[in-house]
Amino acid sequence: MSGLLFLVRRLGQALLTLLGVILLVFILFNWVGGDPATILAGKMASAQDLANVRHQLGLDRPLWQQFLDFVGQVLRGDYGESWSTHEPVSAIFRSRLGPSLTLLIPMLILETLVAVAVALLVAALRGSWLDQGVRMVSTVAMSISLLVYIIVGQYVFAYLWGWFPVKGWSDSVLTNLRVYALLPVLLGLLVSVAPSIRLYRSFILEEIDQDFVRTARAKGLSERRILFVHVLRNAAIPIVTNVLMGLPGLLTGAFLLERFFAIPGIGREIILAVERSDFPLIKAITVYVAMATLAVNFLGDLCYRWLDPRVGLE
Amino acid sequence: MTVQMDSSMRSESAWSLALRRLWRDPVGRISLGVVTFYLVLVGMVLAGWLGTRWNDPVAVNYAPPTWFVSAANRVTLPAGEAWDRTLVVPLYGWTDPLEPLWSEARAAAQRIQPEPVSYRLTLPFGADKWGRDVGQKVLKGTQTSVWVGLVAAFVATLIGTVLGALAGYYGRVVDDLLNGFYGVLTSIPYLLLVFAVAAVLQQKGVGTLILILGLTGWTGVFRLVRAEYMKHRTREYVLAAGALGASHGRRVWVHILPNVGHVVLVQFSQNLVGFIKSEVILSFLGFGVPVSSVSWGSMLNEAQNELILGKWWQLVVTTVAMAVFVTASSLLTDALRDALDPRLNS
Repeated sequence: MSGLLFLVRRLGQALLTLLGVILLVFILFNWVGGDPATILAGKMASAQDLANVRHQLGLDRPLWQQFLDFVGQVLRGDYGESWSTHEPVSAIFRSRLGPSLTLLIPMLILETLVAVAVALLVAALRGSWLDQGVRMVSTVAMSISLLVYIIVGQYVFAYLWGWFPVKGWSDSVLTNLRVYALLPVLLGLLVSVAPSIRLYRSFILEEIDQDFVRTARAKGLSERRILFVHVLRNAAIPIVTNVLMGLPGLLTGAFLLERFFAIPGIGREIILAVERSDFPLIKAITVYVAMATLAVNFLGDLCYRWLDPRVGLE
Repeated sequence: MTVQMDSSMRSESAWSLALRRLWRDPVGRISLGVVTFYLVLVGMVLAGWLGTRWNDPVAVNYAPPTWFVSAANRVTLPAGEAWDRTLVVPLYGWTDPLEPLWSEARAAAQRIQPEPVSYRLTLPFGADKWGRDVGQKVLKGTQTSVWVGLVAAFVATLIGTVLGALAGYYGRVVDDLLNGFYGVLTSIPYLLLVFAVAAVLQQKGVGTLILILGLTGWTGVFRLVRAEYMKHRTREYVLAAGALGASHGRRVWVHILPNVGHVVLVQFSQNLVGFIKSEVILSFLGFGVPVSSVSWGSMLNEAQNELILGKWWQLVVTTVAMAVFVTASSLLTDALRDALDPRLNS
């Protein structure tokens, strides 16, 4: 398949999926949930109020027209106003993105570094008591709800011992990184690192039994060189893929951490929006995140083709 | 030449072999035991033999946990005490505008003459803010969480298996459509999708929770079952069944399904763990079980506020109950995978 044809086909597929997401969100919010006007107008609304709200939201028009309106909103990136604060949804999204990224980017970098380091270590010592121990500890650690880590961590480190502020946020990115984001990042790391270690360990072990490793060993290379140069380079592809796949998650923020530590990010905004039934906000975020996911997948496929010439041949 | 078949010559079925392999693995045996113990507990709570008094105030507020009970472990509160009101208003020489109502209420309380209630001072697992027994609550909470996880996992596995089988077996348009749907669902992060559905459904309850988790969580099963069916549909035994006149439906459900059953079972047990974790988060945030019920998530929600007051027992009891079950289920999933996939065993 020629490169251009592949590009066009893949792009078309992504756009089709995006259309599917828009349709799903539309069906979910305009049909499955019943009449959105009853939620916006409240329980005490009269029939006249309801009719007014319906007219204002355009719900009295045919469904296909409403759907086209929604597609138009997505194309323009303008999702109207929030039902609860009457701020434009795009403005909310923009202002909440910064705090979420301040929290999540350090978390992603630290998590990748720690997980790769520990995975390399336990893969090199596979079968030893350390490997068994890490496996056992991470299984048990993963089975404790992340809520418990956050509750206990916030109570012990911030409230009891006073090493960190219990909650809060400032306008300066530097202060946030130094003071307010510290404990949430560490707790997030604690929660997310165990599954990553298990995953990366399996990626590395898959490479460690390959023929090229035996060849390298037969050449007389040191175990360290084999592990860090030959094995890691090959295991890097699935690891990088996994990190890339995590990127769209940056847009949803960290729901629980942001809520516990009162960080004004997107995750906290989503939870508030669900509590307040703020439909435009939830719809907008869902579509934004799906777009990001599809874009990352698309770019990831292009990278693959570029990195590994065999991919295009199938 | 005919060979006489008797029971001793019949070869063991793959499933009983797998069960035997599972039993030989100490981790598999112990985790199976723990999971079975929890399932029995859930069954007993569902049947109404255990945990029925979780909503009764049986102890004083925040009664601490202790296992060494002295003889005088009860306090009897005089009845009707709640009606005595320290009046601030008369101090200023005013008459209390509510006094007629209060005297009426006091008179009514006198007429009823409620029994003095006795409350326990300590409980084995302590009490919560309202004096409810944490031991009883954790039984009921375990039932809710595990039950939601089980039924939702069943729903998700059923949807994923049926759609995966259709997509993998028939291919072409069916596959394109279902795979497109899969692509749509997986391009939205799981927890965000769950929140969106929770926001739309607007009502809380165990049924809603099961619906949310089951309808959003089938994609993993779908992907694996579809891949298995694509592999199996051209195998000789399926072609042979077709040549003998077996219909497509028969080939899909009778011939191939038992051969991919191990994938389905492992996915079910993996979903169970995932759904329980999601249920706990949803209920913690207040989008899950209603206040008239209790689950691990709603208990953790109460425990968060109690911890600041130094009342740690509800948090510890809930965390341990959940961690033991989830650890056992995860280990059982791994052990099942090893036992069911003969290629992994030499």
